[in-house]
Amino acid sequence: MEEKTKAKIMDSRKMERAFARMSMEILERNRDAGSLALIGIQTKGVFVARRIRAQIQALEKVELPLGILDITLFRDDLHLQEHHPKVEKTEIDFSVENRHIVLIDDVVFTGRTIRAAMDSIFELGRPASIQLAVFIDRGHRELPICPDFKGKYLPTARRERVNVMLKEVDGSDQVLIMEPTRF
Amino acid sequence: METSGFNQRHLLGIDHLSASEIDLILDTADSFVEVSTRNIKKVPALKGRTVVNLFFENSTRTRSSFEIAAKRLSADLINFNSSVSSLKKGESLKDTVLTLEAMNPHIIVIRHSAAGAPRYLTTFARSCIVNAGDGFHEHPTQALLDALTIRQRFGKLRGLKIAVVGDILHSRVARSNLILHQKMGNPVNLVGPPSLVPLEFERMGARVFYDLKAGVKDVDIVMMLRVQEERGAGNYFPSIREYRRLFEINAEVFATAAPDAIIMHPGPLNRDVEIETSLADSDRSVILQQVNNGIAVRMAVLYLLKGESNEAAH
Repeated sequence: MEEKTKAKIMDSRKMERAFARMSMEILERNRDAGSLALIGIQTKGVFVARRIRAQIQALEKVELPLGILDITLFRDDLHLQEHHPKVEKTEIDFSVENRHIVLIDDVVFTGRTIRAAMDSIFELGRPASIQLAVFIDRGHRELPICPDFKGKYLPTARRERVNVMLKEVDGSDQVLIMEPTRF
Repeated sequence: METSGFNQRHLLGIDHLSASEIDLILDTADSFVEVSTRNIKKVPALKGRTVVNLFFENSTRTRSSFEIAAKRLSADLINFNSSVSSLKKGESLKDTVLTLEAMNPHIIVIRHSAAGAPRYLTTFARSCIVNAGDGFHEHPTQALLDALTIRQRFGKLRGLKIAVVGDILHSRVARSNLILHQKMGNPVNLVGPPSLVPLEFERMGARVFYDLKAGVKDVDIVMMLRVQEERGAGNYFPSIREYRRLFEINAEVFATAAPDAIIMHPGPLNRDVEIETSLADSDRSVILQQVNNGIAVRMAVLYLLKGESNEAAH
């Protein structure tokens, strides 16, 4: 599907402030950083998680464990796909048992990805808690899921797409709203 | 969402796959290796799908490997055992498969002594067909798990030299591996007694050697095949003792291969016939890794095959 940029919502300075605030809020909510771990959802959530981890390290001088989660095998629409989606790596080399987990993604939309991620984490053990951090909340939830920490709430139309661009993958830091050229 | 782009409905042989499709299966298998390291070795990807294991030849490792793979993906699995089935009562292969299909399986994994049996099934069956070995033709998942093992060890699958040693004539493992490595552009040496390594294989692009030392010289991978006495391999050379003297891989011969060469074997092993025990158990041997990778590769194949979506099917 072809799409064009409808609007630029955030630039690198705004994003930096949002990352700093989210990291601060995570620390505020979790006094004991020792039992805290971050899990980023493939693929963009992983980069968002790395940013947050770096911020927390700068603020608190602790290096939180960071896991990478691919939720493909836990999607609720696999049986509807003719071509199964590509499976990326899951790398969680710490025990989730009794840990406070902050699940991190770039955008939350319907909430189905987060549902799949939670199911996947519970297969690995029983965490003490799961909190959700997303950089953009774009609305249109189809499940009772609400982020605990967010960079920005951004109301969108369903047909639009939110593109969180990060310089380590996309060359620059910005948040764009994309819309299809034909629909 | 990035779709896998895998466009095969069946896995009949390596011959039908492109090099990039092989890479994709191995990438997917790499992701599935992790699932088997979890406490709960199960993901719901194929929940509600049914896989039938239809084995007309004895097999423990391949059959159980497919079984574990299907179960780790949460598929339901039926083992169809030909020795106690109605085939003994004279039912044809086609009728057997049509009967099984009345139960709406999604994937049929078949092993049969007749080359081409899996392809024959695709002419009338609605399920995805996976070849788990057909006669002397192909055994694609074995070649794929070998390739995954090679890739893990060398970090690549291209630019490597391979020697396959033993009963090439009766080996579907050798054939599938030969085809795979040719697709990757790797030179393949076939080594064994003239009666078991027909020169026709040179037409398929391999080099034929009747001398073990010459055949394994400077190769990165030595793939030993089992002497298949049940297939009458013993009729093709004078004695096991002579075979062993000429074609058993031991430390001395193996030393002429490349410095970081590995040794592979599809199993089951005839220790001290085709492979010296100390070599089979050495750190250069990746035989147990091959078995382990079999599960991940078969999970990848079961996952990637292009099934009809449930909506389309019902």
